[in-house]
Amino acid sequence: MTKIGLEIHCQLTELQSKLFCSCKANYREFEPNHNICPVCMGLPGSLPRLNQKAVESATSIAMALSCETPEKIAFFRKNYFYPDLPKNFQITQLNVYGDMSIGGEGYVDVEGKKIKIRRIQLEEDPGRLIYEGESERTKITLVDYNRAGTPLVEIVTDPDFENPRQVRVFLNILSDLLENLGVSEPGLEGAMRADGNVSIEGGNKVEIKNIGSFHDLEKALHFEITRQESLSERDIEIVQETRHWDDRRKITVSSRSKEEDQDYRYFLENDIPWVKIDQETITLLQKDMPESISSKKERFVEKFDIAPQVADILASDKYYSDLFENAHSNSNAKDIANLITTDLMGLVDTKEKREESKLTSQHLSELITAINDKTLTRTSSKTALQEIVKSGKSVKELLTEMDLSQVSDSSEIENIIIQVFEEEKQAVLDAKENPETVNYLVGKVMQKTKGKADPTKTLELIKSKLS
Amino acid sequence: MNLKTSIIDYINDVKSGAFTVEEFTSATIQRIKDVDGDVHAYLSLNESAINDARIIDKKISAGEKVGVCYGFPISIKDNICITGSKTTCASKMLENFVAPYTATVVDKLQSEDAIITGKTNLDEFAMGLTTEFSAYGPTKNPWNLKYVPGGSSGGSAASVAADECLASLGSDTGGSVRNPASFCSVVGLKPTYGLISRYGLISYANSIEQIGPVTKTVKDCGFLLNVIAGQDSNDDTTIDNENSDYLIDIEQGIEGKKIGIIKEMTSEGLSPEVSDATKNAIQDFEKLGAHCEEVSLPTIPYTVAAYYTITSTEAGSNLARYDNIRYGYDLDSEGYEYNSYISKSRAKFGPEVTRRIILGGFVPSAGHAGKYFLKALKVKSKLISEVNNAFEKYDFLISPTAPVQPFQFGEKIDDPVTLMLLDYNTVTANLTGKPAISVPYRVTDGLPIGMQIIGNNKSEKSLLRAAYALESKTELPEVPL
Repeated sequence: MTKIGLEIHCQLTELQSKLFCSCKANYREFEPNHNICPVCMGLPGSLPRLNQKAVESATSIAMALSCETPEKIAFFRKNYFYPDLPKNFQITQLNVYGDMSIGGEGYVDVEGKKIKIRRIQLEEDPGRLIYEGESERTKITLVDYNRAGTPLVEIVTDPDFENPRQVRVFLNILSDLLENLGVSEPGLEGAMRADGNVSIEGGNKVEIKNIGSFHDLEKALHFEITRQESLSERDIEIVQETRHWDDRRKITVSSRSKEEDQDYRYFLENDIPWVKIDQETITLLQKDMPESISSKKERFVEKFDIAPQVADILASDKYYSDLFENAHSNSNAKDIANLITTDLMGLVDTKEKREESKLTSQHLSELITAINDKTLTRTSSKTALQEIVKSGKSVKELLTEMDLSQVSDSSEIENIIIQVFEEEKQAVLDAKENPETVNYLVGKVMQKTKGKADPTKTLELIKSKLS
Repeated sequence: MNLKTSIIDYINDVKSGAFTVEEFTSATIQRIKDVDGDVHAYLSLNESAINDARIIDKKISAGEKVGVCYGFPISIKDNICITGSKTTCASKMLENFVAPYTATVVDKLQSEDAIITGKTNLDEFAMGLTTEFSAYGPTKNPWNLKYVPGGSSGGSAASVAADECLASLGSDTGGSVRNPASFCSVVGLKPTYGLISRYGLISYANSIEQIGPVTKTVKDCGFLLNVIAGQDSNDDTTIDNENSDYLIDIEQGIEGKKIGIIKEMTSEGLSPEVSDATKNAIQDFEKLGAHCEEVSLPTIPYTVAAYYTITSTEAGSNLARYDNIRYGYDLDSEGYEYNSYISKSRAKFGPEVTRRIILGGFVPSAGHAGKYFLKALKVKSKLISEVNNAFEKYDFLISPTAPVQPFQFGEKIDDPVTLMLLDYNTVTANLTGKPAISVPYRVTDGLPIGMQIIGNNKSEKSLLRAAYALESKTELPEVPL
């Protein structure tokens, strides 16, 4: 049986500052090496100051993943030389002398299967290396330390996945969960990274590193399973090793470098005293813990009679569920849910679009009111929604400015029907013979009114005119 | 104007108008010019010292508020950072390192109007006991220039002993303040771990080291502690000292106190001179009304080994950052691959630092940690419980600070193990986090001997009382320089 385990790194992007200094956790907006200080640069004489909020965020994650949380935690030094590591050691956590990392022994339910979370640890992200230069001769390595010291949570699972698809489902669940907790924005570039390990029946464990995206992770896992199976079929031993994902060739490559069997000489980081996580903190965190995605979904379905698929979309995406929760009153909840999942989704499906969007939950409730009292047709509401996202204007403003109000005045519609009957003589004949085709004429009327004609009334009028 | 004054007397003189801050500062700088060519206590001088003095004089004459230090001159060990000045750790590795920030202790001194005279010499990265491992040449003992001043804060102790300042800040990882204080006949304190902020002190073995004052008198030590001790938001390991005043009741005496004479530090390995001085000191304590008796701490014979194992492990990690990529000295990285560049750049470390980095790579490594590093940690915790037990019974523990008097240059430098044993009496305070002070006790054959008093955690107030009491029993000659 194939066994897959994961090691996920997730930045706590929603924190104000880095793990051990007051530089910004959001390093992305800075010029290279402009979000640094003596502490995150590891200058001689500087000392780490632990960001207590990071301990709380990481503990929330542990709690949301049903982990056990210890009463106190310690930090360790992982010693290795690498140019992106200012101190040439990383401050991280370790579970050796008892359980001292921020959480462990948790699980996530993936389609009925329990994926065990072995441990969660809080650590600092290193800086970033940027390679420049075309040829081997002109190649240079640049180091940007803006990221160094960003709070990072490492989540390690047991090898409980049976196939890459389960991995994908798990990562989606995890990424939604982190976003819902308000501790991370997994959509940000580099905010969530995952390495995997694979073993097949009778074979050794192979770790895969250097995977750029979740998409590549799935590919890498597929490749690795196939590679191991074909070795096994030919009775070749699968050696325990670390392989790198070659993004260009889409294969895994054995990394022979000694780097991989390094001895990290872990020992206690004595500059950070033990951190007590008392019951009071846990209670407070529990109190502030947002409703879980699954309970949200359940509530949407039961309370508002929203279809399970729709509720799933809303609940899993914090952006949608926040919009929804703020927009609806009990009576229009279902309509707003549908409006979000049918019309709005395409307009705000990326982080960039969401950032640019001027839409508020107020707009959504205004729109539904306008549709329900027939000032606006469903078709026009789509146009209106596009405009709202762009300009942020109120529904009332748009109704007058864009001439979107529904036409339900019979004489006005009748005039247009006369025009359409003139232009579409054949269709009129067809409709008389076969009433099924009448929708074509309705469509033409809607086209001419840019969707503003009241569809029910139009159908009525056309039918009476035909007979 | 007498440069042999104490901080306390200096402040009274300045307040009474006996001399100006500028006059005293100029005289101090002149003294440095006169003697430091021989002593070599300083690695660099503060060029703006006279200017700083004038500013304080102006404040005094204008009747403005003046900081409690009134411009007394103090030197700083060159492993403590001051904005804009070179902090070399007496290493070629940091030849051009200019700190972009100031250590908390220096910050506190400056905001109380102390004048920094300059940065003092040390064994490279504070690893050594003689300053012979400084990459910029050794400091000489002001009592006899052929003799070592002790280390690693040898420059600090020598600068105070030679009247090149009134006080100094050193750092003490295994005796580095107390040992040179003893060798140069000045007062040196290693405070309770966490009492003084380490922010800005370049780490050697961060779990046990502290910045400590080096002064001419015990009262001056209390005065300095008042200025520099206390919790610091830049150092998570600092402890609350409840704004203690370390000078209050310092003259109270030690009548009725119980003193444990540490058997393992006083029986074997002492030179006859040190042994004799120790016996005398015990009699003095008795005369002061204290009850002395021998106490055995059986773990002590293992402490030096544990100390070097732990400090090497931490040093290996703390010194890993010196790859010359972000700061350091001139060495172009052009054409090097990363690993070959750091091998090349790190070759600038001197022999003792290199030895400890190599040790530090070995003792905590997989397959060896159980035999060395983890065992050393066990010794440490056993020692802590032993010493804590002793403090259930005794107010103080005493020993000579060093088992021998100062020795000549070159005498022991090629014998690392003998050198390491010089730490025998001092490492216990570091491994247990307890405060310990070295008090000048005697000068025999022209060479000083210091006594060590160890107190319980955060007991600096009573420790200074005991030190003051012992100090009052001594009559010491002036330094012949």
